[in-house]
Amino acid sequence: MKPGLPLLWRRTKERYNLIGSKCESCGTHYMPGRAVCPKCRRKGKLVEHKFSGKGRIYSYTVVRVAPEGYEYFVPYVLAIINLDEGAKITGQIVDADPDKIEVGQKVEMVFRKIHEDNPEGLITYGFKFKLAD
Amino acid sequence: MSCVGIAGYGVSIPSYRIKAGEIARVWGEEEGRIVKGLGLSEKSVPGLDEDAATLAVDAARRAVSHAGIDPYDIKSMFIGSESHPYAVKPTATIVAEAIGATPNLFAADYEFACKAGTAGVINTYALIKSGEIDYGMGIGADTSQGRPGDALEYSAGAGAAAFLLGRKDVIANIEGIYSYATDTPDFWRREHAIYPSHGGRFTGPPGYFKHVIGGAKGIMEKMGTKPRDYAYAVFHQPNGKFPRTVAKKLGFTAEQIEPGLITPYIGNTYSAATLIGLAAVLDAAKPGDAILVASFGSGAGSDAFHIEASDLIDERRNAYPVRRIIENKRYIDYGTYAKHRRKLVL
Ligand SMILES: [Zn+2]
Repeated sequence: MKPGLPLLWRRTKERYNLIGSKCESCGTHYMPGRAVCPKCRRKGKLVEHKFSGKGRIYSYTVVRVAPEGYEYFVPYVLAIINLDEGAKITGQIVDADPDKIEVGQKVEMVFRKIHEDNPEGLITYGFKFKLAD
Repeated sequence: MSCVGIAGYGVSIPSYRIKAGEIARVWGEEEGRIVKGLGLSEKSVPGLDEDAATLAVDAARRAVSHAGIDPYDIKSMFIGSESHPYAVKPTATIVAEAIGATPNLFAADYEFACKAGTAGVINTYALIKSGEIDYGMGIGADTSQGRPGDALEYSAGAGAAAFLLGRKDVIANIEGIYSYATDTPDFWRREHAIYPSHGGRFTGPPGYFKHVIGGAKGIMEKMGTKPRDYAYAVFHQPNGKFPRTVAKKLGFTAEQIEPGLITPYIGNTYSAATLIGLAAVLDAAKPGDAILVASFGSGAGSDAFHIEASDLIDERRNAYPVRRIIENKRYIDYGTYAKHRRKLVL
């Protein structure tokens, strides 16, 4: 399902720069950001946090039948990344041979095109990951 | 007032490559003739999710980390490209947002064929020199296309280079600038056209050679210098042949120009080509080295610079040198290339 323009725009910052939140009470990081820390509840104090973009592959899958808008990319790797700060997020692993992906590999954030509506539509940019050098 | 200089720079080149021989095979051309005629053996190809904006962001982030400044201090952002992702909607705001420089800055896109990148650098220089701002960024970024089977298909590559200018802690000083421009119909692309048109052999003498020589001679006259006063010279490089020929015509040696000749390995990166050459030279330059730079943009014009490496250059080396970026590559065949450049319609 495609989010509407206002939501896309509001999330530009977090999508471009991997900005989530951190609870200053217990030190837990969240991506996407949260308004309330589920561990501390009312005692939690959440602040904006810019992630370093470095992490490791926690789990992955190779997509061979793409959803609409991603047809050109097949086969591609979709992974759950364990960010160094502790939060987990889902992202595409780019410029990689699907046969050579392994759990635990180091990755780093890159800025790429996420989605193009159609030749006349909006281009959505944001973070993806590549294997670290 | 101190001089305006380069506080940091960054380069981004996609990791995909296609060999000239692979393109020649598809069109029944002779590989040897192409490689010899163009002076290049392979070119860079953008990934499916890469465009001028994503390459510019990658280069800009590297330039900020090289300079070691707070991106919020960057008060102008100019991006030159002939492959801006949108016909209407600036690339400069995408990049400024992605490096964390918004909202207090001046942002604009430039278009002047292959010299739009240096046009951005010149305007950044002017804003800083006038005292209006302390830091600004000029970027050249392109993912240009050549018509399938056209000579341009062998050379049209992809890449970006970002130059962060300022006055403090610079690794090189821009001692002088000079520009040269005339109305010359050597190369063009109309709105809504996917591929550019060009004047074939006409592009050489009245386009590239006349303007690069005009720019280079102009800056040397202004600075009172001769070719032998420079450690390096960087010229726009649409292929591997033109810059070598123009260097010879101007009286520069192979030793002065080879370190900044990158097109033979990644193809012509258009707005980024001259700036990537300059970055490669800065990777190697020693304190006090003088560098002559002359870009070229069809239509037509040349921006020339006289740059001198500062004492800081040795201790502030770039973490992503151009020659190392180039080595990170994977080859693709013509079919994959056609998919990457969306020459196949799904
Ligand atoms: Zn908490």
